Amino acid sequence: MADVGVHARSTPAHGVAPEAADGPKREPGMLGLYLTTLALGLGLWAFAAARSGNSLLPGPIQVAQAGWQLIADGTLLEHTLASLGRVVAGFLLGVGLAIPAGFLMGWYRLARGLVEPWVQFLRTVPPLALIPLVIVFLGIGEDAKIFVIFLAAFLACVLATFQGVRNVDNTLINAARVLGAGDFTIFSRVVVPASTPFIFVGMRVALGSAWATLVASELIAAPTGLGRMMQMSAQFLYTDRIIVGIITIGALGFAMDRLLLMAERRLTAWQEVRS
Amino acid sequence: MMQPAIQVREASKIYQSARGRTVSLDRVSLDVAQGEFITLVGPSGCGKSTLLNLVGGLLMPTAGEVLVDGRPVTGPGPDRGVIFQQYALFPWLTAQQNVEFGLRLQGLGRRERAERARHYLRLVGLQDFGQALPRELSGGMKQRCAIARAYAVNPSLLLMDEPFGALDALTRVQMQDELLATWQQERKTVMFITHDVDEAVYLAGRVVVMSPRPGRISEIIDVPLPYPRNDEIRLSAEFARIRAQVWRGVHHRDESPAVLAAQPLQTVSTGDNR
Repeated sequence: MADVGVHARSTPAHGVAPEAADGPKREPGMLGLYLTTLALGLGLWAFAAARSGNSLLPGPIQVAQAGWQLIADGTLLEHTLASLGRVVAGFLLGVGLAIPAGFLMGWYRLARGLVEPWVQFLRTVPPLALIPLVIVFLGIGEDAKIFVIFLAAFLACVLATFQGVRNVDNTLINAARVLGAGDFTIFSRVVVPASTPFIFVGMRVALGSAWATLVASELIAAPTGLGRMMQMSAQFLYTDRIIVGIITIGALGFAMDRLLLMAERRLTAWQEVRS
Repeated sequence: MMQPAIQVREASKIYQSARGRTVSLDRVSLDVAQGEFITLVGPSGCGKSTLLNLVGGLLMPTAGEVLVDGRPVTGPGPDRGVIFQQYALFPWLTAQQNVEFGLRLQGLGRRERAERARHYLRLVGLQDFGQALPRELSGGMKQRCAIARAYAVNPSLLLMDEPFGALDALTRVQMQDELLATWQQERKTVMFITHDVDEAVYLAGRVVVMSPRPGRISEIIDVPLPYPRNDEIRLSAEFARIRAQVWRGVHHRDESPAVLAAQPLQTVSTGDNR
């Protein structure tokens, strides 16, 4: 098998079936490396903060203290929940609309012709550029933010879904046709599963865009939210609180991305090649 | 006389493109009897896949007509199983689920589906791999699974488009024997494309030799070797003689017709029974 050379170091699971079973192989010892680099990063940060002597550059411990304080008085939770609610709402709406729209575009010439030019054009406009206009029409309330996040998530996901549908192997469609499948069966039992890997890629990109857009929209105008919290902290030069906000956003984005990745691995474990 | 399983009548397939027109198939006529095993050989571009896809209903002829069991072909259907070179198994389904795919479309109940799928997996020797995903199967096993899937819906016709083309030589020979064994257990009309002359002769009752630009049938060679076939037949002088004849048909078709005529051929002209 071709992969013997490449993965010679790894894996007890090799003997039976080289590419078989439980998804991608996790290389041993990686967790140790991850922890090491984390420790190194924190150490470097602490060192730099201590050396600089600049009170505006807080060290890890100071940030942890600020974080604990924000947790203890409930501020962090309040802002986090506000942000999380917007991201989840915008993301779900965007993805929920993007998947059917992408399928329609991939499947019907008419839908492709009517929708694709708009998508391609809007895609080149950063959703943030719409914020001023959105504020005029929808104000600075929840609607405005969710709308912008929705748009960001939708645009990221719709093209991936569309590509997925376009990339379905024609032989598989023919194989279904000669077994007696009609259009609906081909769609639901061939096109949908075959494009799932693409859709997951789109969802993960959409999640990233959703977070990016969220924070920016909260920086501009919001009563609550992590972006708002950071913006206010900046006015009082509470840099430690800003870093708490950054870390919270990073951790939440990372955790949600991992959740999607886990779902992806479960649902697309059938794929031939992964690495 | 029994109605032929396949009747191709003056069928042409012409592709128009910006660069001009390509005649993929030029007024081809061919009859295939019920239960016959026929192989199509020829260089690439000779239209053999086009012909097979016309019979399968995946393509429509530009002119002429194609009848299966006396009825004009209007599209694909489960009465004609197709086996593709790229296996075309659904990678997200297990072997068993792949075989059940067509049965489910026929509205069979869960238990009957499972039973029939197991029967056909056994027929191709995959009884222990029902729960395996395609990526866990070797090339030969994938193709056996695809054959089981095609057989399971009980088509009267099997159309095989270079099914063993991607397999290594040893597996290929083994698959040929297995295919013939399966075919003799459940007899179907088979149209089988290959560009391997040995394979064409070993499997077929008749070998249809095609030539390119435009795609035409250049000759049809009878293979009067008995079934079941085995290594003895594969190594016999008669096999070698027919093989040589097909080889010449495929590789030296531009030589003067006298060369072909000098051979004691049983050449059946195309469109003979009108």
